[in-house]
Amino acid sequence: MKIAIVKYNAGNVESVKNALNRLDLEPIISDDAEILQTADKVIFPGVGEASTAMNYLRERKLDEVIKSLNQPVLGICLGMQVMAKCSYEGGHYECLDWFNAEVVRLEPSDLNLRVPHVGWNNINYSSGSILFANLPASPDVYFVHSYHMQCSDSQDEIANCEYGGNVTVAVQKRNIMAVQFHPEKSQDYGLTILENFLRWQS
Amino acid sequence: MLKRRLIPKLQMKSSQFGSSSKMVLVTTREYQKTIEIGNPVSQAKIYEAQAADELIFLDIDAPAHQRNITLDVIKRAAEEIFMPITIGGGIRSIEDFRLLLSHGADKVSINTIAIENPDLIGQASSIFGAQCVVVSIDYKKESDGTYRVWGQSGKLYSNWDVINWAIEVERRGAGEILLTSIDRDGMRQGLDINITKQVVQSVSIPVITSGGCGLAAHFVEGFIDGQASAVAAGTYFSFKDENIMQTRAQIKNAGVPIRIHT
Repeated sequence: MKIAIVKYNAGNVESVKNALNRLDLEPIISDDAEILQTADKVIFPGVGEASTAMNYLRERKLDEVIKSLNQPVLGICLGMQVMAKCSYEGGHYECLDWFNAEVVRLEPSDLNLRVPHVGWNNINYSSGSILFANLPASPDVYFVHSYHMQCSDSQDEIANCEYGGNVTVAVQKRNIMAVQFHPEKSQDYGLTILENFLRWQS
Repeated sequence: MLKRRLIPKLQMKSSQFGSSSKMVLVTTREYQKTIEIGNPVSQAKIYEAQAADELIFLDIDAPAHQRNITLDVIKRAAEEIFMPITIGGGIRSIEDFRLLLSHGADKVSINTIAIENPDLIGQASSIFGAQCVVVSIDYKKESDGTYRVWGQSGKLYSNWDVINWAIEVERRGAGEILLTSIDRDGMRQGLDINITKQVVQSVSIPVITSGGCGLAAHFVEGFIDGQASAVAAGTYFSFKDENIMQTRAQIKNAGVPIRIHT
């Protein structure tokens, strides 16, 4: 199986690669259109900030390449957020528009809850969800973010968590899955989630 | 519900082995005495096996050696462990951030440079996102009873009051604060709960408190009385026959929401 990780300026591609190496896989980290388009699975990670990421993708026409992909794609953290229609992080920025959603700042209704949302929080996923197979009922995974995706089409949400209100933490539509948390940082449950994605035939 | 976090601190310095040098793990006491206790990557793997929530690697003699040996530790740690890693020690620039993040760090902690060039906090935050920027604040109680911030592992006086500096770093864009009591470092007599609580109540970003844990009860105090989001400990996990799982169980029994991993 050929797995490609999108190389761009938003941090931690190495962490995702290391996680896949632990699963005995050798992904290719690339920003080359042909490699991305011919991979069996594509992972789109990201740590950083939306507008910088989108500018980088647009300058290299990577946004067009990513939008053209038909095989299973997994977005992680910032990789999930740039799949929205737009982001309000530091302004108002157009994103890839894969999901009918906006990215807005977390505003937990409980004022004791802090932003960024940092640490292990448990997620609730739709039963029968492929991405969360072989996991206990409400596993803890690792979050580190200040912004989150709000979907206009509620059926796109496949998992959420509680943080001063409902926070969408995973979405799925056609060949795309995306998660707000970091599976590559969530120890064994995270590795299971990555395995589940890699087994998925969309 | 978001859980509180237990974070082992791995303090490292360089050590000469014949003609080459590499990073070794140490523990410290009041930021002065250091004792060498092992290999940072091996210890990180043990902490991962014990399901620590995150790890903090601190390079405590950064100016004295080449950066590449620290990068080597981070790279090897990131290859083997799948939990968040924060690295601190001697970071001076945006380029340092970029280098460490690309070698596997998830968050970068700055201390002395934040005091000397506070604009760096906001710059790093806008380029990499606030969630990558941890400002580490070390403090001591002065003879006049005030609590002041010190840089350079307790050697550089800053004249900042600890609470005011915490408020300032949040204002400038820090994502988290790592708050350490120099007086209590390595003493195993408990955390400074009073200062922890004051800092936590003065800011709206997560605070990791540190310095002085000797018993599981100290962690409980840090979470319940200090209201910290996380407790970091170096000496506690190094010498005592305590491991993370036992400590976690005691913390959970005290009613603190903490990850229990089996």
